Amino acid sequence: MSCSGNKGAKDTCCETQNQPTGLLDASESRREFLWDAVKNFTFGALTLTVIPMFIEKADAEEVHTGKDGKETKGHTVIFGYLVDTTKCIGCGGCMLACKKENDVPDGQFRTWVERYVYYADGSVRVDANLKGKFAFSELPPINPKEVLKSFFVPKLCNHCTDTPCIQVCPVGASYKTKEGVVLVDYEQCIGCAYCVQACPFGTRFINTKTQTADKCTWCYHRIQHGEKPACVDVCPTGTRTFGDINDPESEISKALAENRIDVLKSYLGTRPKTRYIGLTAEVV
Amino acid sequence: MMPHAGEFIFPNDLNGVAWTVMIVLYPYITGLVAGAFVVAALYHVFGRKELAPVARFALAASFSFCAFATLPLLLHLHQPQRAFFIMFMPNFTSAMAGFGFIYSFYLTLLAVEILLVFRTDIVAMANEKGVRSLLYKLLSLGVLRETAKSKEIDAKWVHALSVLGIPAACVLHGYVGFIFGGIKANPWWSTALMPVIFLASAIVSGIAMLIVLYIVFSKIRRVKVDDECLRSMMKTLWLFLILAVVLESLELLNMAYEAGEEWHILSRLVTEKLRFSFVYVQLIIGSAIPFVLLLIGWMKKTGPRTRVTLGMISGLLVLVQVLSMRFNVVIGGQMLSKSFRGFVEYIPEWQGREGILVAIGVFTMPFVLLAAVSQILPVWKIDAHDHQA
Ligand code: SF4
Ligand code: SF4
Repeated sequence: MSCSGNKGAKDTCCETQNQPTGLLDASESRREFLWDAVKNFTFGALTLTVIPMFIEKADAEEVHTGKDGKETKGHTVIFGYLVDTTKCIGCGGCMLACKKENDVPDGQFRTWVERYVYYADGSVRVDANLKGKFAFSELPPINPKEVLKSFFVPKLCNHCTDTPCIQVCPVGASYKTKEGVVLVDYEQCIGCAYCVQACPFGTRFINTKTQTADKCTWCYHRIQHGEKPACVDVCPTGTRTFGDINDPESEISKALAENRIDVLKSYLGTRPKTRYIGLTAEVV
Repeated sequence: MMPHAGEFIFPNDLNGVAWTVMIVLYPYITGLVAGAFVVAALYHVFGRKELAPVARFALAASFSFCAFATLPLLLHLHQPQRAFFIMFMPNFTSAMAGFGFIYSFYLTLLAVEILLVFRTDIVAMANEKGVRSLLYKLLSLGVLRETAKSKEIDAKWVHALSVLGIPAACVLHGYVGFIFGGIKANPWWSTALMPVIFLASAIVSGIAMLIVLYIVFSKIRRVKVDDECLRSMMKTLWLFLILAVVLESLELLNMAYEAGEEWHILSRLVTEKLRFSFVYVQLIIGSAIPFVLLLIGWMKKTGPRTRVTLGMISGLLVLVQVLSMRFNVVIGGQMLSKSFRGFVEYIPEWQGREGILVAIGVFTMPFVLLAAVSQILPVWKIDAHDHQA
């Protein structure tokens, strides 16, 4: 299975930054384009790739991929993902669905659900059920009397806007599609695992079956055809929302506008496109 | 395996670290290349004539290590058949992508310098009769005549290459440090000091290796160890050891003093997980003890035989220090789960492509090559104009 997607235009210029935290980055911006151009010049000049790179960037700006795979004139789709932790019940359905959909090997995870338990003595316990059906109901119960609060946090690739994983890949096997989805070209990956080291969120792994880097693709094979990622489809509580953050009318855009939104490890400046509602300082 | 309360590592970390002993070996071997070259350069460029007995050998050693510097990397790749992609479709925002180029440049530079340094001997042997001369004919690149003029030009080139080789060696190894230093996701790696630390420890390891090899080869050849040469190497090693250890400690001190967000887990990494390999081996056995031994060793009063013993012991200890430093950086850094709430298990593997046995095999190869080179070329010959010195 190869998710090579739209490799013609490995695009980094379509998302923009309105705030340093990168929570809002859905509109086009010339400044960003110029900054990318400057960055590319610095690296590219060394290898005389300046001109092709500029052409590539220009191409990327011209091409518009429409919503649901159809072309919509003048509109660029940027996918985003929102996790509302206040809704998650820790059933593990998403983990199961992901494993089935993407043939993820046992003991490796494209998505997982963490549980945070805050005790009266000030301690915090974090765990996850990584076995069976992944449901927290399968784990030994905790004593509610000792607990102040507790909640679940689903994790997955953040499809960062400024990706350390793409930055470090020595052969360009990690790349970003026009829609801002971060993917691995399994035919090109040399399996050096540098990206595994560079991802601050522990979402990458060397797939034991394919022996290449692997991680969540937001089910790129589905979303290209207007479907939702398997985890979003299967979630019974609507914890996970997926859609075009460049379309103000989409469900996700409305949710992003109406809620207090956070991202993981914002201090690292990767500007994730997987966003969260209801995080606490303990969630990393 | 479920982490106990309070500890939580990201699920994909349960499979262990992604970079194993091969990635420990890779900067170790690269460091020896750079370090050995520095000794040769001290002689060729900085006029440290007392190093004449090891000058040629240092070049041969640097070349032998360099020849195998990429092997551990290759063995580590999960798709080794695609290794050449690094050269043909490099992504230059990656700190790893330039390695192939820097490495090839450096290996070529070393090979050319060796051919020039040994040129007079190669030409002489190429002009002899017998099958053996064929090899030297090859090494002479077909030019079997030497004139006073050509010798002069060659000498100039050797000097130029030695000069050029110094920044090249610095780039080669500083760059290896950057592979780690540039990873902001990992607070144990992410420091601008990393390239400098790697460079300093590379020089340290290279000099230590030369001291050990010089003594061993002298015993095998049944010749006396040149006291001035050994003393000079020990003094240089002592200086660079101080530099390396100060840099390594400064980095840690800075982390501890700033005591930022991740210090709670870093301090546990140092005092619990790496207590043996960092505190005991790297700091005490590998740094403090050789510091004293080298100090005694390079003092004028110390007798030549004691110096040899001290040189051998401290050389070996320093080699262990640098190896443990590589381990503590490469493996230690990965023990830190990015959840910063627990540690990734590292279980050394003996067998398999990335196992310790293969690593030992890989590390033996440069020595085999070096032994072969020293059979083919007069690596112990002292340049004619330095005989009096
Ligand atoms: S979460 Fe990790 S793998 Fe995903 S885009 Fe960000 S850095 Fe890359
Ligand atoms: S493992 Fe593959 S995708 Fe990751 S950095 Fe190496 S070559 Fe790139």
